[in-house]
Amino acid sequence: MQSVGKAAKGAGLYTTKTKNASKKTARVALAGNPNVGKSTVFNSLTGLNQHTGNWPGKTVGCATGKFLYGDTEFTLVDIPGTYSLAASSVEEEIARDYVCFENPDATVIVVDATCLERNLNLVLQTLEITSKVVVCVNLMDEAERKGIWVDTKRLEAELGVPVVGACATKSKGMEALCRAVWEVVSGKIKTNPIRVKYSPITENAISIAQNAASRFLPEGQSGRWAALRLIEDEGSFTDSFFTYLGIAPTDSEALTGALAVAKEYLMKNGIDADAFRDGIVSEIISTAERIAKTAVVFDNDGRDDTDRLADKYLVSKRFGFPIMLLLLCIVLWLTVWGANYPSMLLTKGFAALEKWLYATFISINSPYWLRELLVSGVYKTLAWVVSVMLPPMAIFFPLFTFLEDLGYLPRVAFNLDNYFKKARACGKQALTMCMGFGCNAVGVMGCRIITSPRERLLAIITNSFVPCNGKFPTLIAITAMFFTGAISGFFGSVVSALILTSVIVFGIFMTFVISRFLSSTVLKGLSSGFMLELPPYRKPQLGRIIIKSIKDKTLFVLGRAVSVAAPAGLVIWLMANIYVGENSFLSLSADFLEPFAHLIGLDGYILLAFILGFPANEIVVPLIIMGYMSKGSMVGFESLYELKELFVSNGWTWLTALCVTLFSLMHWPCATTCITIKKETGSLKWTLISFIVPTMAGIFICFAVTIISSLFGLV
Amino acid sequence: MNNIVSLNNLPPGKQCIVRALGMYGEARRRISDLGLVCGTVVKAVQKSPSGDPVAYLIRGAVIALRSEEAALILVEII
Repeated sequence: MQSVGKAAKGAGLYTTKTKNASKKTARVALAGNPNVGKSTVFNSLTGLNQHTGNWPGKTVGCATGKFLYGDTEFTLVDIPGTYSLAASSVEEEIARDYVCFENPDATVIVVDATCLERNLNLVLQTLEITSKVVVCVNLMDEAERKGIWVDTKRLEAELGVPVVGACATKSKGMEALCRAVWEVVSGKIKTNPIRVKYSPITENAISIAQNAASRFLPEGQSGRWAALRLIEDEGSFTDSFFTYLGIAPTDSEALTGALAVAKEYLMKNGIDADAFRDGIVSEIISTAERIAKTAVVFDNDGRDDTDRLADKYLVSKRFGFPIMLLLLCIVLWLTVWGANYPSMLLTKGFAALEKWLYATFISINSPYWLRELLVSGVYKTLAWVVSVMLPPMAIFFPLFTFLEDLGYLPRVAFNLDNYFKKARACGKQALTMCMGFGCNAVGVMGCRIITSPRERLLAIITNSFVPCNGKFPTLIAITAMFFTGAISGFFGSVVSALILTSVIVFGIFMTFVISRFLSSTVLKGLSSGFMLELPPYRKPQLGRIIIKSIKDKTLFVLGRAVSVAAPAGLVIWLMANIYVGENSFLSLSADFLEPFAHLIGLDGYILLAFILGFPANEIVVPLIIMGYMSKGSMVGFESLYELKELFVSNGWTWLTALCVTLFSLMHWPCATTCITIKKETGSLKWTLISFIVPTMAGIFICFAVTIISSLFGLV
Repeated sequence: MNNIVSLNNLPPGKQCIVRALGMYGEARRRISDLGLVCGTVVKAVQKSPSGDPVAYLIRGAVIALRSEEAALILVEII
């Protein structure tokens, strides 16, 4: 994804130049609170010349990108958004560790002009660590619309580092930002950052530990900030301090000694850990307050009421839930309805190509087995995955990104938090579930935003109850074949969307049930705190949405599915064509699974397809089809109607369709997700539990449905 | 001083000044980092559909807090 078009070529050319002219390079961290438009600044600066790390499989946790200014090539590292360097979630720890220990050549802090005072907390904390800081006041236009005027010159004078006003969505101020970064890195500007002075007792405690700490820091860095953080820390900072700086426990005696003396001194003066922290925080906050007072002018009370008015409806008692469901339904309807026609075209196109391929293979006298292997095995599976997956994804991803950019997703968490609390989980789990719609592996990584380790595990384990995009084609196809029935066209797609919505709502319900169950078994505990910012609504930028969702998501997911589909098609074709005695290996395997599959309303071929679909959910339906076709019933499947015929002739009823839908919603997470879970939890045990829990839930529900319907003689 | 209540009892639309934080350790640090310390002016703006959490306006940002946390914050209604 790194080398895209012109930008990458430019960078390539540039690299060769660098060697000759030995141009300078510099590393710049991009920090900021969440929801301040940090990623827009990142995109504005780096254009397409970036490497997105948001998807699993890439080793980096942060996105990086490059830009040129003057004689220097800058590598910009987009670190996670955080309110403070006193980290509490994994994601905030990544941000803190980068700012504190990675020693970037400069740090750009993006702040929100509409909410400057709160943002200054992070700025002041960072200024304690490094003087190579540039502050970028983003969203200036939005602030002005709200009657908030930020005097950047004044702010610059107060902070003692360059301050640039910007409006990244319109690329305003980006040139000035680059220049300021270059000036700071090259030393053209000597910064003189403001120092927050604490109470005399705090200052004394800091100076006790300062020298012992500075011994481990890179030259030129003062030990002041490190001493401060080490005294107030409750573990995670100290761990990072020792690991990043490579300090052996034996070397640290002087430091731990000094820290103990400092803490003892504080205790003697009646200051415990909380009081020490309070002193620091309130000093920083009152400094921020003072600076904001001088640098910001409000026309009215500084609050635009449009957001409050929107929230009156969007998260109100009466409309909150109906609107949420309606939005979900509309997104799904647009996806189903919009994908219908292009899917049909693609299927037709692929079918025509298949005939041609077949003819070509015959005309060149290729052996029968090779032709069958490549066309009926590999090609058919690929064709299904592309034609059925691509259109819904190309519609769903942009729509979802639209809601995300609008600022609606935190409202979903706000609406649902009470239920998460009852399940003893964290409301932010709603956000990770939203990410799971795209890809469960991404959802699992997203769980880093959850502070409590217990609640984070809950969110990780239950993430696969949200159907990812790979499951959508299965759900859409089966719904269209068996549930919307004779209704077609416009109403058909509405009914499909309603059914899909209910499937998703059921998945959400199961998330609550399972979270609650885990909270009283393997992950015992009560819900901890929940603090969530409801950011202002923002006008989404359509261009960016389309580029971002097509390039970063659609193509990526499709690429992964395709790369799995080809070998899977090969494997199943081989299984169907390698005979053990009378029977093919495939039918033997299916027969072996049959008794158990039957209990949960499936059949052997379906279960086998789910098992072989472990690398990617997208290939489940094509594998079922190929399994049936190998039994000799050579039906073409150019339309869903023909496909239904094939399924029905293999014994499908509405019960089979229902059980496949439910089992598709609830079974093991795909291979990529499992690998991600292992990486994120660092534990085989939790990976295994994440595998077993949804599987058991699916088996249990399907079994119950099958038993009940046979008891009542419904089938 | 009968206008001292805990934050969860602050009716939507009303403003208050924070007088005391009743949480400790990391929870205290997290809430202070959002700018909520003694002396901060807070306004309750919106309840969620099920009544909990509640969104508060804190130093220009809207932050949702659960009733359990809000109950630990003593405020004076103004």
